[in-house]
Amino acid sequence: MLAYIVRRLLWTPVLLALAAFFVFIMGTWAPGDPAELRLGNRATPDNIKRERERMGLNDPIPVRYFNYVGGVLKGDFGDSYHYQGRSVLEIVRPRLWVSMQLNIAALIVAVSIGLPLGFYAAKKQGTARDPAIVISMLVLYAMPVFFTAPFLILFFAVKLHWVPASGWGGFFSLQIILPALTIGIPGAAVFVRFMRASTLDVIGQEYVRTAHAKGMSNFVVNYRHVARNALLPVVTIMGFTMAGMFGGSLIVELIYGIPGAGRLSLDAIFQRDFPVLTAFVLLGAGMLVFANLIIDIAYTIIDPRIRLQ
Amino acid sequence: MTNSQKFERSENRSPMLKDLPPDGGQFKTRGHWRKIWANFRRRRLAFVSLIIISFIYLLGIFAPVIQTHDYQETNLRETQQGPSADHWFGTDRAGRDLYTRVVWGIQTTVIITVTSFATGSLLLGVSIGLAAGYFRGWTDAIIMRVGEVVSAFPDILLIILLAATLRPRFVQFARDIEDSTGMTGLVSSGIVDYVVIGVALLPLSWFGMMRLVRGQVLVLREAEYVQAARAMGTSTPRILYRHILPNVVSPIIVSVSFGIGAIALSEVILSFFGLGVQPPRPSLGVMIGEVTARGGASVSVLRDHPEQLLAPIIVVWLLIFSWNIVGDALNDVLNPRAR
Repeated sequence: MLAYIVRRLLWTPVLLALAAFFVFIMGTWAPGDPAELRLGNRATPDNIKRERERMGLNDPIPVRYFNYVGGVLKGDFGDSYHYQGRSVLEIVRPRLWVSMQLNIAALIVAVSIGLPLGFYAAKKQGTARDPAIVISMLVLYAMPVFFTAPFLILFFAVKLHWVPASGWGGFFSLQIILPALTIGIPGAAVFVRFMRASTLDVIGQEYVRTAHAKGMSNFVVNYRHVARNALLPVVTIMGFTMAGMFGGSLIVELIYGIPGAGRLSLDAIFQRDFPVLTAFVLLGAGMLVFANLIIDIAYTIIDPRIRLQ
Repeated sequence: MTNSQKFERSENRSPMLKDLPPDGGQFKTRGHWRKIWANFRRRRLAFVSLIIISFIYLLGIFAPVIQTHDYQETNLRETQQGPSADHWFGTDRAGRDLYTRVVWGIQTTVIITVTSFATGSLLLGVSIGLAAGYFRGWTDAIIMRVGEVVSAFPDILLIILLAATLRPRFVQFARDIEDSTGMTGLVSSGIVDYVVIGVALLPLSWFGMMRLVRGQVLVLREAEYVQAARAMGTSTPRILYRHILPNVVSPIIVSVSFGIGAIALSEVILSFFGLGVQPPRPSLGVMIGEVTARGGASVSVLRDHPEQLLAPIIVVWLLIFSWNIVGDALNDVLNPRAR
């Protein structure tokens, strides 16, 4: 098990370096001359030549890549082309923080709906409630966020006036409710599916029958023997689900007018501000890789059966 | 569920003496795919879903025939109208007929899903998966590492980055071709859009398929019949395509049916962001974007004319939902062991 963790820890930096290389190449290959973009009105051929030299754009690709990675390691993703004289990190950080808060809220929604409902569906297998839950979750899962977002806005904001229709007011505001629901519901559907399957797996185990036979109360069997074991495989899909929800949050930010990373990256595309876009993609990749690493390692620690292998 | 399972089991049991025809003739055996089709048809929800999918796709394929207007035709005297005999789904803010635009949008979806599946998932994914699983060693290691790098990115971000960086290059390339050959309409026909989207969706489609095929091949290559074929001196391509591939077809079908919904949705999302299909060519994503997110006036359009969203959204939703149901059913029918 130690060998596995060490191997993962050694591979992760390599993986991130390769990911950075890919992003870097896409960034350099992107249309538009950075020097020209930065100079704006002052872009005469002479000025462009001087600016290119100053920005190091004439260096060979490997040199530029190592400069880029060196900068990234120090938290320097270069300067924005569009916002004169501001560093990428300065622009990305507050936006990313907004998106993270939104995603955490969405994850809370997904977990608190998905896990209990999946468990419940599994316990009710054989009754009409189980397929009813499964099918309605599939319906919700297939429902694109384009559908849920306008529907929720129309119903709760425009019609009932319970919450504001759009905007951003921080983690503890009413405005976060609708977007968090919009992102969280498809995530909840995924959790229901996995939780139901893994609960069904555990319910059939002999130790559960033994626990019942010992005369333990239903509550104790359900929570100590079934739920805790059923949760284990669900933990591993947490990373993927979060990545999926993160993708959904880009659209949701647009529809709800939230000043998050999604809005920023889209603006960056249309302003050809590629340092911002690449930084954002790279940060996204880094977070996903680390999340999966932590989940995998945590999993080996939580589940002794894996440690023994 | 349990009842139908029992029923199937009795259908699939091995033949018994009393099954023999009265005249003592041969067993009547049904082909493998016929049997699977019969099992599939018995799942009513899945069968209905398949009919819905076929219907939607037919609408898209025959868009030029069944359109009631031209998809670009604007009519500023009839903007933002509700459904009527002339405009079945109403009109948008430029007075364009929504029914016609939905039908053409479906055609875009059909083209994108088919091409991106044929190239990315089936051609690349399956052949690379076969190679990785069969040759193992360095080939496998390199392919898997590349795949890991690709899947290190959140899907949507990677697709957006690719689409954003590739589009201007591809458009320029197409313009150059037009200039040098004197052809016209290459850029305006939307082919460039399809190529950009197809390439941007590649990382989404190939790796999953490749990993699936690789896993199957790793098991199958040790199977006795493959060893026998190798011992008889069968060539490697023949072993791969004649002996191994047919046994991987079932999981491939299941994976494709689950993946199509995701591909279709990705195209919609790209076009929604304005990175996919470009106006005037309609796409379901563009239509949704026009009502919900373009400009700052999103909420007012949405508040006043939410019905314009209905048609494109229901089509997208039906497609994804139906493919999920079909995928589930195919999974049950084709991989009975996995249950």
